[in-house]
Amino acid sequence: MLELNINNEIHQVDAPDNMPILWVLRDLLNKKGTKFGCGIGQCGACTVHINGQAMRACITPVVVAKNAKITTIEGVDEKGQHPIQIAWKENNVPQCGYCQSGQIMSALTLLETNKNPSDDDINNHMSGNICRCGTYPRIKQAIKQAAAVLANNEGDK
Amino acid sequence: MNPLKLSRRDFLTYAGISSSGLLLGCSSIISNSSKVKILPPENNATQQLNIFVAIKPDNSIEIVSHRSEMGQGSKTGIPQIVADELECSWDNVHVIQGKGNKEYGDQNTDGSSSIRKFYDKLREMGASARTMLEQAAADYWKISIDDVYAKDNKVFNKITGNSVSYGDLAELASKQPVPDIKTLNYKSADNFKYIGKSVPIVDLDDILTGKTVYGIDVDLPDMLIASIERCPVLHGQVKSFDATEALKVPGVVEVIQMPPTPETVVYSPLAGVAVLATNTWAAQEGRKALLVEWDLGKNKEHDSTIAFTTFKDNLANKPQRVAGRGDVVKGFSEASKVIEAQYQLPYLAHAPMEPPMATAWFHDGICDVWACVQDPQSVMANAASMTKLPVDIFNVQPTLLGGAFGRKSKTDFANEAVYLANITKKPVKVVWSREDDVRSGYYHAGAVQTLKAGLNNKNEITTWAQKAAYPTIASTFNSKKNTPQDFELSLGFGDLPYDIDNILMEKAEAETPVRIGWMRSVCNIQHAFALNCFVDEVAHAANVPTDQMILKTLGKDRDLDPKEAFDFNFTNYDEKLERHPYSVARYRGVLEALLAKTPIDETLPKGQGWGIAVHRSFVSYVAVATKVEVINQRLTVKEIHTAIDCGLAINPDRIKSQMEGAMIFGMSIALMGKINIKKGAVVQSNFHDYPVTRMNQTPVIVVHLVNPKNNAPGGVGEPGVPPVAPSIVNAVFAATGERYRELPLNQYLTI
Ligand code: FES
Ligand code: FES
Repeated sequence: MLELNINNEIHQVDAPDNMPILWVLRDLLNKKGTKFGCGIGQCGACTVHINGQAMRACITPVVVAKNAKITTIEGVDEKGQHPIQIAWKENNVPQCGYCQSGQIMSALTLLETNKNPSDDDINNHMSGNICRCGTYPRIKQAIKQAAAVLANNEGDK
Repeated sequence: MNPLKLSRRDFLTYAGISSSGLLLGCSSIISNSSKVKILPPENNATQQLNIFVAIKPDNSIEIVSHRSEMGQGSKTGIPQIVADELECSWDNVHVIQGKGNKEYGDQNTDGSSSIRKFYDKLREMGASARTMLEQAAADYWKISIDDVYAKDNKVFNKITGNSVSYGDLAELASKQPVPDIKTLNYKSADNFKYIGKSVPIVDLDDILTGKTVYGIDVDLPDMLIASIERCPVLHGQVKSFDATEALKVPGVVEVIQMPPTPETVVYSPLAGVAVLATNTWAAQEGRKALLVEWDLGKNKEHDSTIAFTTFKDNLANKPQRVAGRGDVVKGFSEASKVIEAQYQLPYLAHAPMEPPMATAWFHDGICDVWACVQDPQSVMANAASMTKLPVDIFNVQPTLLGGAFGRKSKTDFANEAVYLANITKKPVKVVWSREDDVRSGYYHAGAVQTLKAGLNNKNEITTWAQKAAYPTIASTFNSKKNTPQDFELSLGFGDLPYDIDNILMEKAEAETPVRIGWMRSVCNIQHAFALNCFVDEVAHAANVPTDQMILKTLGKDRDLDPKEAFDFNFTNYDEKLERHPYSVARYRGVLEALLAKTPIDETLPKGQGWGIAVHRSFVSYVAVATKVEVINQRLTVKEIHTAIDCGLAINPDRIKSQMEGAMIFGMSIALMGKINIKKGAVVQSNFHDYPVTRMNQTPVIVVHLVNPKNNAPGGVGEPGVPPVAPSIVNAVFAATGERYRELPLNQYLTI
């Protein structure tokens, strides 16, 4: 039995150490917001945070997350009120939506460290996340918008 | 008495209707012949007014989207159209994903047809339901229907000003006879409330919180997950297999051999061996431990590089006439300049973000299927023919589709799930890996085309010859077919808009080594590529700007009828030419509109250039202008500007987003997309060797909508793709003087 902290909830799970977190989340714990796109770390659809770091859940063995905190799309804000989700809505980013959990989880770690990302910063950070529908221009726009909102919120504090 | 003051129960009692739920709300349109109840009312209070519209007492409006949602936005656009005629409030609308049911009409969500083919029908459904509500209110007030009107989820009494809500009227309305279509009143365009509005997609909140259900997300108690090792070569079969090690993997439950691949593949499962387990990881690990011996069959030596040489030989030596007019032999002999070029495009895979996924479960005499399919009716028909079971036991619920691009119209993966579920009698979800998706697809066919133009001494094109060879989609449905068919040549080849005296169109044989399918914009990809690159070459040879060459060669504004013009059997995207003419004026217009807004004549630094292309497909018109930079053999796409004329726009923002996506999809084709076949098997396997456009490669994209409202709605999902690749290649020529005639460009340039 492995104990996992997912979105601040403790889960007990019976999984082999080398099973990727993606399948533990999806198949054993029924958390299906994290998606499968390639299985080899190429597309970013499976991005989750482990101790605040964006990781590709499809190639990360679950044992890595022992004693760590996992955050998935379900843990961002259930009501969709996080500034990043609001920015995504205001720019009508998604098309099919399948890549968007991964896009949001990747973008969040960019905004953690960079309050005012340039186009290049965004390109560098986000190029591991494929969107076959081609929502990149809107993702970029939404990231900038969320960054501005977050910076403003900081200023208010 | 003012019904506004009445509670719903009082109102219904007053109106003589019991709300005890005796009325089941079954629409007269819904067939009872099926063993599967389609859209049963969730509780007895849901009132079905027709197959698309149901209303609940709490005023919520259920509108069915009968087409699959894969990112194109039809799950929002369809209800927008219904809701507009229904005069309901958008906030009250709940969209129900329609199951497979032929009463909806065609549900194959391809051909950019959800809006263009159903616009009239959807308005009729909205207007019909609205009329039933109005009649119910008129009956209740004992006044004429002319004395009532519907607005914002209510029907108003013109005489008294009173109103009654749709929720309260629902039960009465459901008892009304379905009005005669001819008597329906439709709104005039200036009264549209949702048609033409950029309504956000209905799944937006769920997508952003991880709550949506795609094919991969289906989960049932006791479900087994299957990962299938398929024969790497088409028409190869399983000789033998050893599952001993696979069955030792914890979680693996069963190993089942798939049926042999039939000669005509259609949507049959491919030969292979399935490993079934309690979770996806175990199924995949078990599959790795399988030992399978294949009989690779007749395609085992196929090499796509060699096949392209054969296509070229066939074009040169064994062309077959498709259509034409005038005398090209005479035309070329009299021409003062003759230009000829050959273009080649590789096989391509769709690679939707979510690979194919399907779940099936036999229970209680029926089979439930949940799958990310573009066509639930095709799942029903193909599952029935595979299992020899009656079609009406298959109850097919499309999930959301994580992209599709045509791949998920081919329901082989649903058939796999049905096959395995029928054997195990347990729910089975078939999960495709990315490698499965790239290696076992229904590929966009690799193509070779030759174009030749003769010019007179005024630099006018007087003679034109074009030939095409590529494996046909028809081979998937009839293994004997081996040349491009008229339905494929209708996609931008036989419908040549140029007004030229002498024209010859020919085709040649091309053998089919893999399953061939349609991918976003289908044969328009190769046809628009060759046409737009070639006219650019001709323009440069004549020293005329490309736009001028195109506009001049188009000739007079007219509606083109390819049958009349060159005796070509044009299928016009299954539309009548009266409703959707091939308008040379709109073709010209979309290009002129784009050029008026794009600085293609700006002075550029060395290494930069603009290229243009224009194309009609799916009865819409799209022009693209691209600016590139090539420095030290490194290509950067800097800007893409595009204009679309798709007639009446239902949801402008979704049209814009489709155009943005199409530019990025077209870039993948131009820059990187390539599937090779060696020893009969697809070489590529995942995004590292079948790359698609990433954010850092994506340029500034500017989209213009030039939509004359008085034209019927045209296609949107696909028409953006075809002009992208030629605009890029033409821009590279402008930037460097190098003409590349074979895609993708990463074989010549660093991307
Ligand atoms: S599924 Fe993990 S990176 Fe693609
Ligand atoms: S929205 Fe479809 S893959 Fe990104």
